[in-house]
Amino acid sequence: MDGDLNNLVPQVRRDILRMVHTVNSGHPGGSLGCVEFFVTLYKRVLKVDDNSDSNDMFILSNGHISPVYYSTLARSGYFKVEELDSFRKIDSRLQGHPTNHDNLPGINISSGSLGQGVSVGLGIALSKKLNNDDSLVYVLTGDGELQEGQNWEAFMFAAAKKVDNIIVTVDYNGQQIDGSTKDVLDIGDLKSKFESFGWKVLELENGNSLNEVYSKLSLAKENSKKGKPIVILMKTVMGNGVDFMMHTHEWHGKAPNDEQLNIALNQNPETLGDY
Amino acid sequence: MEKFINQGDKDTRSGFGEGLTELGRSNDNVVALCADLTGSLKMNVFAEENPERFFQTGIAEANMIGLAAGLATGGKIPFTGTFANFSTGRVYDQIRQSVAYSNKNVKICASHAGITLGEDGATHQILEDIGLMKMLPGMTVINTCDFNQTKSATIEISNFDGPVYLRFGRPKVANFTSSSEKFKIGKGLKLKDGNDVTIVATGHLVWEAIKASEKLAENGINAEIINIHTIKPLDEDIILQSVSKTGCLVSAEEHNIYGGLGESISRLLVTKLPSPQEFVGTKDTFGESGPPSELMNKYGLNSSSIYNSAVDVLKRK
Repeated sequence: MDGDLNNLVPQVRRDILRMVHTVNSGHPGGSLGCVEFFVTLYKRVLKVDDNSDSNDMFILSNGHISPVYYSTLARSGYFKVEELDSFRKIDSRLQGHPTNHDNLPGINISSGSLGQGVSVGLGIALSKKLNNDDSLVYVLTGDGELQEGQNWEAFMFAAAKKVDNIIVTVDYNGQQIDGSTKDVLDIGDLKSKFESFGWKVLELENGNSLNEVYSKLSLAKENSKKGKPIVILMKTVMGNGVDFMMHTHEWHGKAPNDEQLNIALNQNPETLGDY
Repeated sequence: MEKFINQGDKDTRSGFGEGLTELGRSNDNVVALCADLTGSLKMNVFAEENPERFFQTGIAEANMIGLAAGLATGGKIPFTGTFANFSTGRVYDQIRQSVAYSNKNVKICASHAGITLGEDGATHQILEDIGLMKMLPGMTVINTCDFNQTKSATIEISNFDGPVYLRFGRPKVANFTSSSEKFKIGKGLKLKDGNDVTIVATGHLVWEAIKASEKLAENGINAEIINIHTIKPLDEDIILQSVSKTGCLVSAEEHNIYGGLGESISRLLVTKLPSPQEFVGTKDTFGESGPPSELMNKYGLNSSSIYNSAVDVLKRK
């Protein structure tokens, strides 16, 4: 399985780079940082069966990393990879930020205005409990996004009501549009914050390692249904896989030019065929 | 006017509470959420009878709307309850993105709407909520006029697939509609025939319109009264039919004249049947503390304002 994913990772990176380059807009940095998480989640973790009422669900709260979401969904069969070419263009289902408004398969809710995904994920988790459905809800949020107050309403609620069928992953890359989270508004000691809110905290040191992502998501799953919501603090490198985009906030919301695209693509071989 | 006898003053929020109680007993998919105002919203019985389907969110309205969107995603029919101010303005972006744009089957139920919240003052009153909600694409906006109508609306919106804003109030007001009348979303109700002037009222102002029409009749003016409970989608036919007969209209609502029912009607008339219109509503102002009835009088939200507006609009025919 890892072998397949090792092939998929550079292809998803190529998709991301080509999508944002074509329309000269979008968010490559965070998208590249979460490639390993997305492909692991969709290829090895999420339990989804069209013929079942009991399916895991995923909510992307930091909707601006839509390129990695769209690429992963397309390459998991939710829609044709050719549709990736419509990203951010007029009459597209692949809006700048993901939405279920235009019936794009795989998208459950609109996101982009930050801080709302954890609440939505909790609501889905509550519905699963009411339905005696033992599947899980996965949510990804950014770290800068945790500056939004609604998250902390949701964190308080989840622990108080023992919503233990949800696994929230924080993309802990330390960057946001205006700079590092430390400089913009330091979110402090996240581990202590979550623990004091009553969450089970798992730390993932290298969120850009397929093996580590898989083993941590597996551990999270083992720890579910034990009375506590679970959060994975997943350290990632923004821009991962493209040397000049790494370790900086500069590529948060900027597309590469022709020359930069070529350099970036040369670092990521076409393994499964470009769209 | 025998048709409209006050069966005894009752608060519209209790109509919501009773409707929700019935839904709790009849529809397992209905769930309810409240942000620390269970008593004020009259959601206690539902909460007691369905503890597993009632979610006390604490004073955290943004999270409540997100939870509701998630519950709807999971196939439930969530009813959220808090004051109108905290149901709309405080959580506008949550409703916009997670509910309206995502087309989630969430029922946002808002009590203490308008100025009749009374003594708590302008921080808790809201006179802008209809405008905020009707601007959202796909949002159905309902403002009920009495206990019976609120109860039947609460039940009926559970059968409608899509986001709904249901607005009602705090004080005890005349309960005059029939308890057996089925609520039809988007269908205006003609309460009285008349030829001289059309009065279109919503919410607490409907009873005031009935009272105004009695006084108008005493002075030889025959008013047609229409109750618009669904502000969006607006029942355009019932309004156009009436105004094509009367040639003028008064709109009446416990809301700012900017963004309310009156403005929706004026847009309709100016495009389809240009006619003089007068607006009964608050005139771009915040409310203030005071007893509800005194506030209604001070801000011109009563039968005499409707009467005077009818007389004025008749002169412009």
